[in-house]
Amino acid sequence: MDTFLQQFINGLSLGAIYALIALGYTMVYGVLRLINFAHGDVYMLGAFAGYYLANALNMDANPSVLGTIAVTMGAMAICGLIGMLIERLAYRPVRRHSRLTSLITAIGVSLLLEYGGQVVFGATPRFFPQMIRSQTYSLGGVQITNQALMIIVVAVLLMFGLQFIVHHTKIGKAMRAVSFNLPVARLMGINTDFVIAFTFALGSALAAVGGVLVALSIPRIDPLMGLMTGLKAFVAAVLGGIGNIPGAMLGGMLIGLMETWISATAYSTFRDAVAFAVLILILLLRPAGILGTSVTEKV
Amino acid sequence: MKLHRFVFLAVACVPAFIAGCERRPGTSEQSATGDILVGMYGSLTGDGASFGQSSVEGAQLGVEEINNAGGLLGGRKIRLLVEDDQSRPEEASNAVTKMITQDKVVAVLGEVASRRTLAAAPVSQKYRIPMITPASTNERVTQVGDYVFRVCFIDPFQGEVLAKFAYNDLKARKIAVLRDVSQDYSTGLTDAVQKTFTSLGGHVLDPVSYSTGDADFRAILTQVRAQKPDVIFATGYYPEAAIIVRQARELGMTMPILGGDGWVGDALKNGREALKNTFISNHYSGDNPDPVVQNFRKAYRAKFNREPDSIAALGYDAAKVLADSITRAAGTDGPTLRAAIAAADVAGVTGRLKMNASRNVDKPAVVQELQFVNGDVKYVYRTTISPN
Repeated sequence: MDTFLQQFINGLSLGAIYALIALGYTMVYGVLRLINFAHGDVYMLGAFAGYYLANALNMDANPSVLGTIAVTMGAMAICGLIGMLIERLAYRPVRRHSRLTSLITAIGVSLLLEYGGQVVFGATPRFFPQMIRSQTYSLGGVQITNQALMIIVVAVLLMFGLQFIVHHTKIGKAMRAVSFNLPVARLMGINTDFVIAFTFALGSALAAVGGVLVALSIPRIDPLMGLMTGLKAFVAAVLGGIGNIPGAMLGGMLIGLMETWISATAYSTFRDAVAFAVLILILLLRPAGILGTSVTEKV
Repeated sequence: MKLHRFVFLAVACVPAFIAGCERRPGTSEQSATGDILVGMYGSLTGDGASFGQSSVEGAQLGVEEINNAGGLLGGRKIRLLVEDDQSRPEEASNAVTKMITQDKVVAVLGEVASRRTLAAAPVSQKYRIPMITPASTNERVTQVGDYVFRVCFIDPFQGEVLAKFAYNDLKARKIAVLRDVSQDYSTGLTDAVQKTFTSLGGHVLDPVSYSTGDADFRAILTQVRAQKPDVIFATGYYPEAAIIVRQARELGMTMPILGGDGWVGDALKNGREALKNTFISNHYSGDNPDPVVQNFRKAYRAKFNREPDSIAALGYDAAKVLADSITRAAGTDGPTLRAAIAAADVAGVTGRLKMNASRNVDKPAVVQELQFVNGDVKYVYRTTISPN
């Protein structure tokens, strides 16, 4: 029983990581119908931004909560800017072309960030400074670290925050309008370029939060870290229903739990394969995802 | 003017053309004077960066000492050509091919990770250019062919050392093993530990698997925890070991964790306080009062401004064995040099380096306890175990 509960907690803390990244995927898709494959790599950049900021502040020697918040904010700002830059330089020029063009551009941006990252940061894995000292809470034989707990809490908070922004603010209304019909939204006087840039900035800032928090809990970072995690977060977003914010959360948690349970069996090395088997199954059986609603394309 | 330039170019091309011709295997086209070119490949970047850096630094120190003492074969200097394989097996094989066919090195030093040496050794064998690996402990490495040598002990022995230490000194009766299935080193060491521990009468739980680059071991550790082993073995390399010990302690697992020489790497220090109660088998102990060891430490610290690890010591030893063999061979062509290395018997930093018939050396291993002191790993000597 202990073991089962512990694996459940392990699964949730892993799933929260996927959920954090899936939120950004799903939001960009919701607004632009673009699968931003570079999202996982923005998450990597967030972790590296946090790494350099934390080392500049010498956080390893002087851990503090306030400093951690400052580092996270810094990483969010940097990634938000990078997100806008990517949108401006890579996606906006091809926005009027077919959706396939944008998709291929996204894959190109992703590869650029991964291998550019290897040139700039080097391929050697780095270890993230312990900005908050690890602490283990135990409750009836089940252990959870303060860092893992933080990831779960922050992921849930961000989900609600995002839901609030999209549904209850003016910019959120504009985002939904752009998502519904871009040319008409522009005719109604919405600055669509600004709304799209904002969407990218927000999504990338979310990825940065993910990068810093994950690196705190699992301290190894390298330029390719966003590749597999990003792909699994994508699976999570599709599983929950891409474009649906609570769906991203649900999908992330499910993928995390599934992966943990597979790891706990003798087939631990198959866990990556299982995530993608799930993707294939969901696309075959319920393409709209668990919480998504399928919309018939207007012709 | 134009004609002159053309003639000059044509003349300049002739030696390049000749040099580019297919060489016969085993013959060195280096002239009998000038520098002796030795190739070294290592993981200077990537997952195993610490291995590459330490082994190359060790070899550089060895080469520098030889050159300062007047060089070899009547005053010729050794020039060490270093190639980075980025911790990738296919790059290791490319690097060795390039050094042998284009740079015409007389011998090759490297790698540390067995998987990469296994990828590159067939190239050396094919061109009959001797290779000496400083630290690849997988048994199969020197079985590639008679041109492949090593200056470290092998995993069947290392596994025996670790299993005996766990059984006799730590009084463990039930052990769990975490192995990196993407590394020949880790799977080989796992088999050896299993074999010895079972033959001693202990119980080995089914090994659990992970791959290089994994960073979340909580699921497999939780599963291990449920089976209540007395001791855990993590037979992979240092980047994963650092995270494994941390996450094990976070899950409330306080039992001893044991590893092999693959734990020796700079990033191991990220295991931090979790490194308490961990032990490894190693090639050399810096505490050894032997003047050979202490002089090496002093010279290394003076040159690189840090304490050498065992991988650096092995890199140094590999360079010294090669230099000694070149002197005895009185030449640098492949077959002659190969025969000389096969007969090597050198007093090294890591012990007596006497090649046996399998091109391995029989050396004792030390067991060290790890401590996390002042932000770095301290290797505390526990015991020495000799091969029977």
